[in-house]
Amino acid sequence: MIEVSNLSFSYGLKPVLKNISLRLEGGNIYGLLGENGVGKTTLLTLLCGLKKPQKGSIVTDGRNPFDRDPALLGEQFYLADEPAPVHAKACVFGSSTGSLWPKYDQAKFLEILSEFEVDPDQMMDTMSSGQLKKTWISFALACNARHYFLDEPTNGLDIPSKSQFRKAIMKHTGEDSMVVISTHQVRDLEEIIDPIIILDKEDVLLNASLEQISRKLFFDYGTQIHSDALYLEHTPSGAIQVYPNTSGEESKVNLEALFNAAHSHKTTVKALFHE
Amino acid sequence: MEFNEHKPIYIQIAEAFCEKVLDGSFGADERIPSVREYGSEIGVNPNTVMRVYEKLTAEGIIYNKRGIGYFVSADAREKVLAVQRAEFLEKEVPAIKRRLSLLGLDPSVFL
Repeated sequence: MIEVSNLSFSYGLKPVLKNISLRLEGGNIYGLLGENGVGKTTLLTLLCGLKKPQKGSIVTDGRNPFDRDPALLGEQFYLADEPAPVHAKACVFGSSTGSLWPKYDQAKFLEILSEFEVDPDQMMDTMSSGQLKKTWISFALACNARHYFLDEPTNGLDIPSKSQFRKAIMKHTGEDSMVVISTHQVRDLEEIIDPIIILDKEDVLLNASLEQISRKLFFDYGTQIHSDALYLEHTPSGAIQVYPNTSGEESKVNLEALFNAAHSHKTTVKALFHE
Repeated sequence: MEFNEHKPIYIQIAEAFCEKVLDGSFGADERIPSVREYGSEIGVNPNTVMRVYEKLTAEGIIYNKRGIGYFVSADAREKVLAVQRAEFLEKEVPAIKRRLSLLGLDPSVFL
């Protein structure tokens, strides 16, 4: 479990995160959503101990990630949006760097590479950005970590790789592991992220499971327009509307509509989920 | 798996599962994949699959042997049939009747 309490961080005079509190539990694949520049990457790098909180604290299973205790480092993996094009063959990079993670499994690395159709004998600095990303994703999963922080993992992946990625995340992470995925590609990940965290400027707008979301908000795909909708978008087959769920009936959560509703009605949505 | 826009995904997965019980892909007392296996197979979050299994268990279509896994109930087919027949008669038949009368068609088109 990760407990973030009253966390603040700024770059020089520019505040990014202000007084953020958040609890993340094992066994979940979190989707971290937010507009450009609200601090998703900053938050991920703070969570994994690359940055030091200026105010507040982060406690991961009783430890402070910025202490960079090797025992904790061996249990977590941060995958950057644009991972390094290492000058080594993928298989060699795996077996050497993998030794930093006590549970690293080279056979698993090769298995996931082959699922992604990446050649393990190719030099990583000659790979296309998509191939390189797939190599790093395979390596990350082969480390058998308990905490994963993945920054835009589907960026640059081709269409078949995106569905491969969704399956690999479930197949190759443990039941108690925690995965935090920051993304703008909600359509790529709609079915695999739950709970959803929406980060806003200096604030957390929402941290809720899809079940909680579908109990609080109703996603209406019908053609009858509701005047009290928090969000309305016309679609080829009618409309998507989001309004507070008063009937108790559950609907399919549409993440883009959720995000837009949360953004246009911040206080209403925050209040709904803080009850 | 492809999902339509309207129903919660866990309900759509449960319905697809019931179809498989009806067409015989899942037999009586057959073991079904674990929550994570099934999630990985169809590319859906384990929490969602857990809700599917909870719903199917509550309906008596599957059962859980602690520590071993989930199995299809012996009478799963009968249960699914009973529920779906009732639903068909209650919802789909009236809709078909309305449509027939709107289009001025006679029920003999089904013969």
